[in-house]
Amino acid sequence: MSKHIQPQLFDTNQEIEWCPGCGNFNILKALKRAFTELEKKPEELLLCSGIGQAAKLPHYINSNIYNGLHGRALPIATAAKIVNSELTVIAIGGDGDMYGEGGNHFIHTIRRNPNITMIAHDNQIYGLTKGQASPTSNFGMITKLQKHGVINRPFNPLSVAIGLNCSFVSRGFAGNIEQLTSILKKAILHKGFALVDILQPCVTFNKLNTYKWYQERVYNLDDEGHDPHDQQEAFRKSLEFGDKIPTGIFYENKENYLNTYEQNVGVDDQALTKKSDDSRDITALMLEFT
Amino acid sequence: MSVDFNIKIGGEAGQGLQTISSALAKTFLNGGYNVFVSHFFLSRIRGGHNFSEVRISDEQINSKKNSVDLLVALDAKSIEHHYDELNEGTVIVLDINSIESITKEADDASYFDVPFTDIAKDISGHKIYSNSVATGAIVGLLCYEFQYLADVLTRAFESKGDDIVQNNINAAKAGYDYAQENYATQCYHMVIPKDKTTNKILVTGNEAIGLGAISGGLQFLSAYPMSPSTGAMLYIADNADKFNIIVEQAEDEIAALNMAIGASFAGARSMVTTSGGGFALMAEALGLAGITETPVVIYLAQRPGPATGLPTMTEQGDLQFVINASQGEFPRCVLAPMNPKDAFYLTVKAFNIAAKYQIPVFLLGDQYLADSSFTVPIFDQDNIDVEHWVLSSEELDEIEEYKRYLITESGISPRALPGSSKHLVCADSDEHDEYGHIDQTIENRIKMNSKRLKKNEGLVKEIFPPLEYGSNDSDITFVGWGSTYGPIKEAVDTLTKKGYHVNMVHFNEVYPLPQETVTSILKDKNSLIAIENNATGQFTKLLYSETGIKISQSILRFDGLPFTADNIIGKLHDMEMI
Repeated sequence: MSKHIQPQLFDTNQEIEWCPGCGNFNILKALKRAFTELEKKPEELLLCSGIGQAAKLPHYINSNIYNGLHGRALPIATAAKIVNSELTVIAIGGDGDMYGEGGNHFIHTIRRNPNITMIAHDNQIYGLTKGQASPTSNFGMITKLQKHGVINRPFNPLSVAIGLNCSFVSRGFAGNIEQLTSILKKAILHKGFALVDILQPCVTFNKLNTYKWYQERVYNLDDEGHDPHDQQEAFRKSLEFGDKIPTGIFYENKENYLNTYEQNVGVDDQALTKKSDDSRDITALMLEFT
Repeated sequence: MSVDFNIKIGGEAGQGLQTISSALAKTFLNGGYNVFVSHFFLSRIRGGHNFSEVRISDEQINSKKNSVDLLVALDAKSIEHHYDELNEGTVIVLDINSIESITKEADDASYFDVPFTDIAKDISGHKIYSNSVATGAIVGLLCYEFQYLADVLTRAFESKGDDIVQNNINAAKAGYDYAQENYATQCYHMVIPKDKTTNKILVTGNEAIGLGAISGGLQFLSAYPMSPSTGAMLYIADNADKFNIIVEQAEDEIAALNMAIGASFAGARSMVTTSGGGFALMAEALGLAGITETPVVIYLAQRPGPATGLPTMTEQGDLQFVINASQGEFPRCVLAPMNPKDAFYLTVKAFNIAAKYQIPVFLLGDQYLADSSFTVPIFDQDNIDVEHWVLSSEELDEIEEYKRYLITESGISPRALPGSSKHLVCADSDEHDEYGHIDQTIENRIKMNSKRLKKNEGLVKEIFPPLEYGSNDSDITFVGWGSTYGPIKEAVDTLTKKGYHVNMVHFNEVYPLPQETVTSILKDKNSLIAIENNATGQFTKLLYSETGIKISQSILRFDGLPFTADNIIGKLHDMEMI
């Protein structure tokens, strides 16, 4: 492993705009490691993101990037992948970006099943707008805006994904780089839509879900001998979020009917741009109008 | 005009009005006539009152006509609603058995009863053939050669098997014969086939845009279905497999435009189809295409708004919206086709301009253009050029360092695709530096915003001058844009024949406007009258803001219906201009 510890190939000279101690640093580290260990080249990667602190991550990895609109990383990533299936496409964002603003795309991208990886830095708070509740904030959590505590039930991305028979569903923890790297690698290698929800302490605005809070609760599903092909069991595990919080791979769907989006439209073998030619004859089409 | 004949077919949604109108249209098209087919329908699947019109002429026509020469009434409402439109002596063809009650006396018009259903059952064994009986009866009343209709029916039904084809032809022939045997003078109006070998096709605006997109190199279309644009999406989807085009039905319009932008970033020529309401959801992504300089074509078929408005009717109410949509300032281009022929070539142009300037380009149509069928010469493919404006892998290999947003004289930065070379391609919706990374410094902002806006200088040179038509020495000049071309031109022709000096200046490339060219064309014209299918004169305002030319008289229509030449001439009378 030692040769992988400093993956300079993916370093950039961009100034990192995260708070000192932010969980994002470990996610960045794990992602670079995963790319290195998978022997990816920067030009093979396309990192798409929306807006938020997490969505700045693509700028900190030497790769192709498309940093688009708040909530819209998935449609960009899906379409880019279908046009050039040779790219390794990752969509990156926070919980507000992916589950709030982009919630509709989250649902429908699971249904579409493109062969991309979605990484959600889930810190259960809005950081860049300075401390409002997010879709995954704990019920009752007091924030600057939710002064009487959050009154909405938290969104459970894993239950939703497993309920939709998502191709690959996992949860990592920013405090465990080793495990996170391993999950990311499996997610990237998985053929189909892979969700990696990452528990990420926000040291500035979330004083409830701290490193310590998570560390006291997280455990690895592997240690329990969890079978990731059992959807019912995966769903049961996804509901566990309290004194104990499971991490690892919850669900991996290997059923045959779950073809990828690229397979379904016939472009998984070759980039669409290489298939099309410019000399299109529409004479036959026009004759249908006589 | 020796032949200018208008057939109106009225009935409920689901009665097959479009089947009849389509068969009639092709029957006369193939006999060498120019045909124009329009539809009025409500936003429902069954019931209500709908109608289709088939206008047949031996001259080029691009518009509807007010008066009706033959009315086919499939329900009682068809007579009540359209009685006032009938010419003296107009025949109303109907099946008396299927109409509950007729309230209008046959004063000027006369009823001609054809038992569509009974004949259909009798000849072909089922009432589903009654529309073919009706179509046959109309062709019979016009004493037109039956074989043209038989050929159309053969082609329409051949995929369903020989029996179905024969049943339809038999039913149509029975209707044809019944009409000729029972109509007092055999022929109600004689229409004789002309040239059989004309290179004409009958297409809707939606279909022409679909053909233009296919011919112009479209590779990826994402859309959320919305009337009246859906026809274009459907047409492209029907032919997608033949040309390796991906058509994706997005979960919403926000996803639709973001997907098209993502696909374009990765290298596909991309477009969305929508109407005003759908485009409202795309406004933020429009700016995304603007700041990330990603080519995309947006086909917006207008319908009357705001909000849901009138889903199946027409209006030119979104021009100011598309020009001003999205926060910030960035170049964009708006093309507004006059008719399907223009729509075809402008669609090709839209893709090329989008690619060259790396900007969003609008094709701004409307329900009238989208859904009506126009007779046009077969499109010439010889001059179709698919311009990519993308650096090849070989070109990129020779470059030491690549900057996606390199500052250049023209404002256009050479475009590379991700994965096509060792160079990385970075795009950002934040203000960014030349590499595509976030840069919030003041100097950079000025540099980058100026670079993007610089593209306007080249862009405006791509815009063709407006079309001028009619008398050189005119007392009145109509100024219009987009799909009103047909009715305005017909008004010019009609008035010219009556001895008036009128002409028209018509815009089909509406934004940005080449100020000097436009000014030189309009400055010396007498009595400019703007004609717009909206309530506030949106193009008139644009023309004033871009060129300083002020048009103080206008003919505006915003009742959901398209103009006809008769409307325009009628308004001129009201205004005491003629």
